[in-house]
Amino acid sequence: MKKIFSKPQSLKPAVMHYCPGCGHSIIHRLVAEAIDQLGIQERTIGVPPAGCAVLAYNYFDVDMGEAPHGRALAVATGLKRVQPDKVVFTYQGDGDIAAIGTAETIHAANRGEKLTAIFVNNGTYGMTGGQMAPTTLVGMGSTTTPQGRNPDRDGTPLDLTQMLAVAKGSIYLERVAVNSPKNIKRAAAAIKKAFRVQLDGLGFALVEVLSMCPTNWKMEPVKALEWIDQTMTQVFPLGVIKDLTGYDSKGETA
Amino acid sequence: MTKRLMRGSHVLGEAAVRAGCRFYFGYPITPQNEVPEYMSARLLEVGGTFVQAESEVASINMVMGASMAGARVMTTSSSPGISLKQEGISYLAGLELPAVIANMMRGGPGLGNIAPAQGDYFQATRGGGHGDYRCIVLAPASCQELCDLTFRAFDLADKYRNPVMILGDGMMGQMMEPVEFPEAIDPASLPVKDWILTGAAGRPQRTILSLLLDPKVLEAHNYKLTRKYDAITRAEQDWETYLCEDARLVVVAFGTAARIAKGAIKRVREMGIKVGLFRPKTLWPFPYQPLGELARATRHLLAFEMNSGQMVEDVRLAAEGQGEVHFYGRPGGVIPTPDEVAHQISHYYYGAGLDQAAAVARRA
Repeated sequence: MKKIFSKPQSLKPAVMHYCPGCGHSIIHRLVAEAIDQLGIQERTIGVPPAGCAVLAYNYFDVDMGEAPHGRALAVATGLKRVQPDKVVFTYQGDGDIAAIGTAETIHAANRGEKLTAIFVNNGTYGMTGGQMAPTTLVGMGSTTTPQGRNPDRDGTPLDLTQMLAVAKGSIYLERVAVNSPKNIKRAAAAIKKAFRVQLDGLGFALVEVLSMCPTNWKMEPVKALEWIDQTMTQVFPLGVIKDLTGYDSKGETA
Repeated sequence: MTKRLMRGSHVLGEAAVRAGCRFYFGYPITPQNEVPEYMSARLLEVGGTFVQAESEVASINMVMGASMAGARVMTTSSSPGISLKQEGISYLAGLELPAVIANMMRGGPGLGNIAPAQGDYFQATRGGGHGDYRCIVLAPASCQELCDLTFRAFDLADKYRNPVMILGDGMMGQMMEPVEFPEAIDPASLPVKDWILTGAAGRPQRTILSLLLDPKVLEAHNYKLTRKYDAITRAEQDWETYLCEDARLVVVAFGTAARIAKGAIKRVREMGIKVGLFRPKTLWPFPYQPLGELARATRHLLAFEMNSGQMVEDVRLAAEGQGEVHFYGRPGGVIPTPDEVAHQISHYYYGAGLDQAAAVARRA
């Protein structure tokens, strides 16, 4: 019999703490699969965020170094500069990368740090209980926007990935989602490509992943999947935002 | 070995490179800009890495990453910038990561000014960042000592896996003195650390973390740190005494203030005033016990600082009520002159009747 699906080698056999319907476990698997496929498990170092994914070090079977909230790309810069032959990735939520860590993120991209950033955008501060995130949609409820996000009071959702596109050091930026098998497949390819960019020494690569948070969105998990397609992608459309890799569509070197 | 005439900021940079530091992350702030400028050029020569970060916050976090990767790494700044690094210093302590941080203090609070001051004593010795931790704090008083203590800072950081702060001031960074540098250490000759993140090749995965959600586990970590701090306290206290043998009054001062105090003591000694100097070289661990002995012997201590009274609290703790502890200081970046301090010493000395034999007999 042919084995066609198994747990990635780069994930530990642990039971994850994530809520039912959460996208983190899917994204963890995609990152681990990319590491497996590229054969880099033994030279990869991950930097988890403060947030729901802070416990990612319990799941990834690679070296992991914890960063203060928002500072993952600065910590990753230090790790990578000392060991340019290693593969360093950050795994950050929207509050981490697009609010408190905005400066560290923009400048890591602008320096063209040879790093891979996985940016999980679920429009909420999940770990702290559902406060407004920089990416919370206008009108969307949260524990700090009881009447929905009001642009006059709260500003509008920040498109960090678009902002990063103007930085000369960013080579590859793509927004994907993990709410359907089709989208997960595209997300898998994008994440693998973002690691390839680092392995080829091209510069900064980031994949923004739209992800479900049924708990804080106060939605049934199935409804949360639909909501990404119907509402979230209206503000954060999927697709390649910047690609200077020169790879062809299969992710191979041109 | 020949002596080289160098300014303090350059001495710090050169000593760091010779101590095996090949990674420097910094951000400009006066009065220590000569350190990143020196490192940006010097590290090119030795194949090191210099990154001018977007902020002090980013630079201390780059230090964190480089330390996780096993490097001897340094960042430098001055007071307001050190405030911004305090979050990272707390993490370094919690994560047990070696790193060297130099603070060339300026006047504060707030933006303050760019003149030499010692107003960050509390911040340096009491943590500065959040949580239950200690930072080793070294206070040089000359360019030669700045060189020597920079070497020691890297060794202590690695030995104890703890952040070490070099606490200087704007004057220390700017003044030029002849310095004899030790032989350079080849970083490749340093022992390989067995806890660093290098990719899990042929070994189990490693995690470096400070999030310990279970209170019992965090308590055990805190006690482990406490035992380490106790060991540092026992082994690493350092101080200088000057003319204390016959002293009836001991001035206590560190860094630049101690130099000024020495000049003052030389002046008043010529007048027959029997005064000495106690100069802590480690501000944490503070040398309580040797200072306590001096307090019991002389009964009169005069803390002199370039701030409005911070180290004097440690002087009182050292004295344990065994004598009078007085304070004189000038905050705000004002540099007191030796004459001014000599006046304070003589005023106090005669006022307390220390020139009278009776006063000496009383303490015996």
